[in-house]
Amino acid sequence: MATLFFLFHLSNFQKMKISQYLLALLCPIILLSSCNKSDDDVATDTKSSFTLEFEHQVNGSPLALNTTTYKNAKGEDFKINVFKYYVSNIKLSKADGTTYLLPESYFLIDESKPASKLITVNDVPTGDYTKIEYTIGVDYARNFAGAQTGALDPINGMFWTWNSGYIFVKLEGTSPQSTAANNLLTFHIGGVVDPNNTIRTYSTEINAANPLRIRMDSKPDMHFMVNAASLFTGTTDVSFATLNFTMGGANSVIVANNYAKGLFRLDHIHN
Amino acid sequence: MYACSKNEDEIMPEEKAITFSVPSNFPAPVYNFEQNKLSNAGFALGKKLFYGARLSADKSVSCGSCHQQFAAFANLDHKVSHGVNNCQGKRNAPPLFNLVWQKAFFWDGGVKNIETSPLNAITDACEMGTNIETIITTLKNTTPYPEMFKKAYGSTEINSQFILKSITQFLGVLVSGNSKYDKVMRKEGGISFTSDELAGYTLFKQKCTSCHAEPFFTDFSYRNNGLDLVTIDEGRSHITGVQTDFGKFRVPSLRNIEYTSPYMHDGRFYSLDEVLEHYNSGVKAAENLDAELKSGIQLNSLEKSQIKAFLKTLTDNEFIKNTLYSES
Repeated sequence: MATLFFLFHLSNFQKMKISQYLLALLCPIILLSSCNKSDDDVATDTKSSFTLEFEHQVNGSPLALNTTTYKNAKGEDFKINVFKYYVSNIKLSKADGTTYLLPESYFLIDESKPASKLITVNDVPTGDYTKIEYTIGVDYARNFAGAQTGALDPINGMFWTWNSGYIFVKLEGTSPQSTAANNLLTFHIGGVVDPNNTIRTYSTEINAANPLRIRMDSKPDMHFMVNAASLFTGTTDVSFATLNFTMGGANSVIVANNYAKGLFRLDHIHN
Repeated sequence: MYACSKNEDEIMPEEKAITFSVPSNFPAPVYNFEQNKLSNAGFALGKKLFYGARLSADKSVSCGSCHQQFAAFANLDHKVSHGVNNCQGKRNAPPLFNLVWQKAFFWDGGVKNIETSPLNAITDACEMGTNIETIITTLKNTTPYPEMFKKAYGSTEINSQFILKSITQFLGVLVSGNSKYDKVMRKEGGISFTSDELAGYTLFKQKCTSCHAEPFFTDFSYRNNGLDLVTIDEGRSHITGVQTDFGKFRVPSLRNIEYTSPYMHDGRFYSLDEVLEHYNSGVKAAENLDAELKSGIQLNSLEKSQIKAFLKTLTDNEFIKNTLYSES
């Protein structure tokens, strides 16, 4: 009782320290008890966590909202005011082909909310994973599944009210070349119905020499570089003079085909 | 003991549980309440939100402003919706009933789930002109909402999901299936059509059911019925981006049609006579005109009056007058 009372009066930082200390105390006990089981049991039973970190860039420069001027592949200047996107249905694969789909994995990453750029995923079976894939956006079913919460809450400004479905990737900004009022750039990419389906999947193999090594005592960090300028190049170089506004439809498909190639790059893994 | 419980009954009569039931002449609904368990508190909250003008940008417009029960939850005498700041909308407010059998909502079918359908009207600059964030803040600071949310969901937390799901409880329970037509079909209480109504029904089945299919009196498809040679409202193609959908709108139900004037997506016709005359002589050779309407639908005046007589058997007065659905 006294210990509990003591814990309540500690800062989070102090609590972390203590829980690490407790963990250190407990670890030998866990290790000892695992001796009784076969190794296979341990591998399938234990769960741990890992993090995904998304570092936003524009062609190699750090993304800074509202202030910095960047150039698209056509050499046109632009600034970014809003940059947010969904990552969902994260699937991990092992070298033997077995896969683990993270249940209910819907994440909204928003440049204006730094905390959103670091995702912690819990309850993942321990093991060595050599591939990761995820949806850029939201799967077909969830676009029409009714009132959602969390990342999919319409309050997040990523749900079209007049034409059901989520905005998968939202980039807003300005460019002197934009012919829209106030030189605005409005790229709201979404839509799940052919011929304008914009659901795209990102997948990458992980170097087998340094796989995503999830252990009870190892919570690795995957570090992704995210290039906002990839919306405007890759398959079709976009000129803001001719394409500066899209909310679904054929032009959104052009942009989705671009970012499918270059939005994400796995930079490194800290195991 | 006996006296005690009797006394309690008098003070607090047991509330009738809100239920949803499928009329025997209807198929199974598209939306069931499995993920949104019906409760009296949920329904009461949804109804309160539906009639709450406080939710709109200038606190003047509620869902119920444009969806009036006496008009089967359509908007009597309004060609198009009349939103906040006296803004005139683009389309006629559709009636609200039998929504759980519908796969898509609004004239263009843009919204695919009943739960998210209120968001469209909430955010449209010409309807309620607000957003869900503002509404949540308002509700948190307005009695009796926090208490009602607590009753419905066990927590004073107010979020978009609770708001939308409770409104859906109200909307989903709006079932209209007790018209004379329904009773005749179900052979209830020896009710039968008059000879005019029967003749109208026979004509209706010959000339109208390819679009206005029973028992909902719509096949839920999108069609161009030749109102204009070139429409100013692109309709369904705004959603699909497909040119062959240009100028198409959802086939509306004809249930309660007696009370849902004015008619068509832009409310251009005030009477059923005008509507029938349109099909008789007014269909324009629009791009994407529905194949069924290439030669219009020829109707003489006797046929028109018989069809009208039949259409009036689709009026469900029990629905229109059910106090369960009324603002209280």
